[in-house]
Amino acid sequence: MSHHIVEVKNLRHVYSDGTVAIKDISFIITHGESVGIIGANGAGKSTLLQHLNGCLEPTSGSIHIGHTPLSKGTLPDIRRTVGMVFQEPDDQLFMPTVFDDVAFGPLNLGFSPADVEERVADVLKLVGAEHLRDKPPYHLSGGEKKRVAIATVLSMSPDILVMDEPTNGLDPFARRQLMQLLRDFKHTRIFTSHDLDMVLELCERVIVLHEGEVFADGSALEIFNNEKLLSECRLEKPLSMQGCPVCGITC
Amino acid sequence: MASIHSAVLDLKRLDLLANGTSSIHRLDARAKVLVTVVFTLCIVSYNRYELNALFPFFIFPLAMISLGEIPLLFILRKIVLLCPFVLAVGIFNPVFDREIILQFGSLGISGGWISFASIMARSILTVGTAFILVGVTGFTAVCQALERLGMPQVFAVQLLFLYRYIFVLTEESGRASRAKELRSCGKKGEGIHSFSSMVGHLLIRTWSRAERIHTAMLARGFTGQFHTSRQSNFGRAEIIFVLGWITIFIFLRIQNVSLLLGSLVTRLMP
Repeated sequence: MSHHIVEVKNLRHVYSDGTVAIKDISFIITHGESVGIIGANGAGKSTLLQHLNGCLEPTSGSIHIGHTPLSKGTLPDIRRTVGMVFQEPDDQLFMPTVFDDVAFGPLNLGFSPADVEERVADVLKLVGAEHLRDKPPYHLSGGEKKRVAIATVLSMSPDILVMDEPTNGLDPFARRQLMQLLRDFKHTRIFTSHDLDMVLELCERVIVLHEGEVFADGSALEIFNNEKLLSECRLEKPLSMQGCPVCGITC
Repeated sequence: MASIHSAVLDLKRLDLLANGTSSIHRLDARAKVLVTVVFTLCIVSYNRYELNALFPFFIFPLAMISLGEIPLLFILRKIVLLCPFVLAVGIFNPVFDREIILQFGSLGISGGWISFASIMARSILTVGTAFILVGVTGFTAVCQALERLGMPQVFAVQLLFLYRYIFVLTEESGRASRAKELRSCGKKGEGIHSFSSMVGHLLIRTWSRAERIHTAMLARGFTGQFHTSRQSNFGRAEIIFVLGWITIFIFLRIQNVSLLLGSLVTRLMP
């Protein structure tokens, strides 16, 4: 049995004000896959992500993480298995220093102080943020905050990484650095993003959401080459697949 | 908005000062918090006409500033910021309390002026010392020390969150108010109406941010218990620091040193 499988079956979510955010979504993501979930604003991406570690409860349908159904009783385990990186790092970094923030999860999981110290040092090194260890989060730049936010999740050794708009608001260099970091991970990875070039580089598989349903699910290249499908879902080809802006030649 | 922005920068500077390595910085935060609390209690326990007995107490903030290598001007500027509030509290004393209690030749000084000066001196002492405490300890360490000294954890966590998000909230309100200024073309916009709507929006935004933070905490296994992994120890240096200063404070509180010095000088004078 693998802990790395995500299975969503006939998921439906209706907010308390009556908005149907997700009509009916089903998919299976298997061990080690890197999947991009894309769609227009309001397609249901963020709502879907919030279901994956139990931040929202489905109105109907079910979610299994590694064959364990997501329910109140299994939540603590599932939250350790599914590491969620939020879109806004300021929401995720709430402790007084970077160290405290990265240590927050492991301490909640009951690790000994020595273990926590080792883990924090390891993940900060992995994301290239050792020098930020004692800094308060509000002294960090956007790129640094993002890397530390990822470290806070990695310190809990998740099997599955879920990231909401990871490259949002980063400068080109920080974006490239972050993508390099994400490419090296061996976890099952699920991203939502409007940065389609990042999705193309990092994900073999793409799930297109449209009005709360799965509109397409397939290989990234196949989907990004289907212009009709993209325009129906208010999307475009990634810039790297569009023609040269000067001579118009497509590679 | 420039003033809010600079106030936040000042807070950040106070935070950076706490990274110093002086002998005062190295002391356990609990020792510094304890001494500051006793100091404050001594100051506020004087009656409202007491003025000269307060002056010897300046020795504590001055010693902390020099040993902790805190820039004096920076702390003075912080205290000046507070002066309008203190003025508002004490300004009516000279009006209502006109009884002359001190005579300098032909110049009579009323009880109101003395109590006003006493309020000023006490505010400068207590507020200045609080700023210095944060400058040599750091706000986080002060909260953690308070918690370890018995303050309920929920208050400590509230304070930590308040401090953490004050930066985010001021940035957000700064942006909102700049947007309003830019569109009011030098006028007052719609005055209080637009202002109240802006504050309402900020409140709602803060609310939803709080929800997101809570979700982020739950996602990382939060169950209501706040763990901190900081180790510190209350050793000999701390005990000497606490006992030394508390002895001085009690002595200054019991003996009016200004008066003693004064009578010594007048006795020595022929």
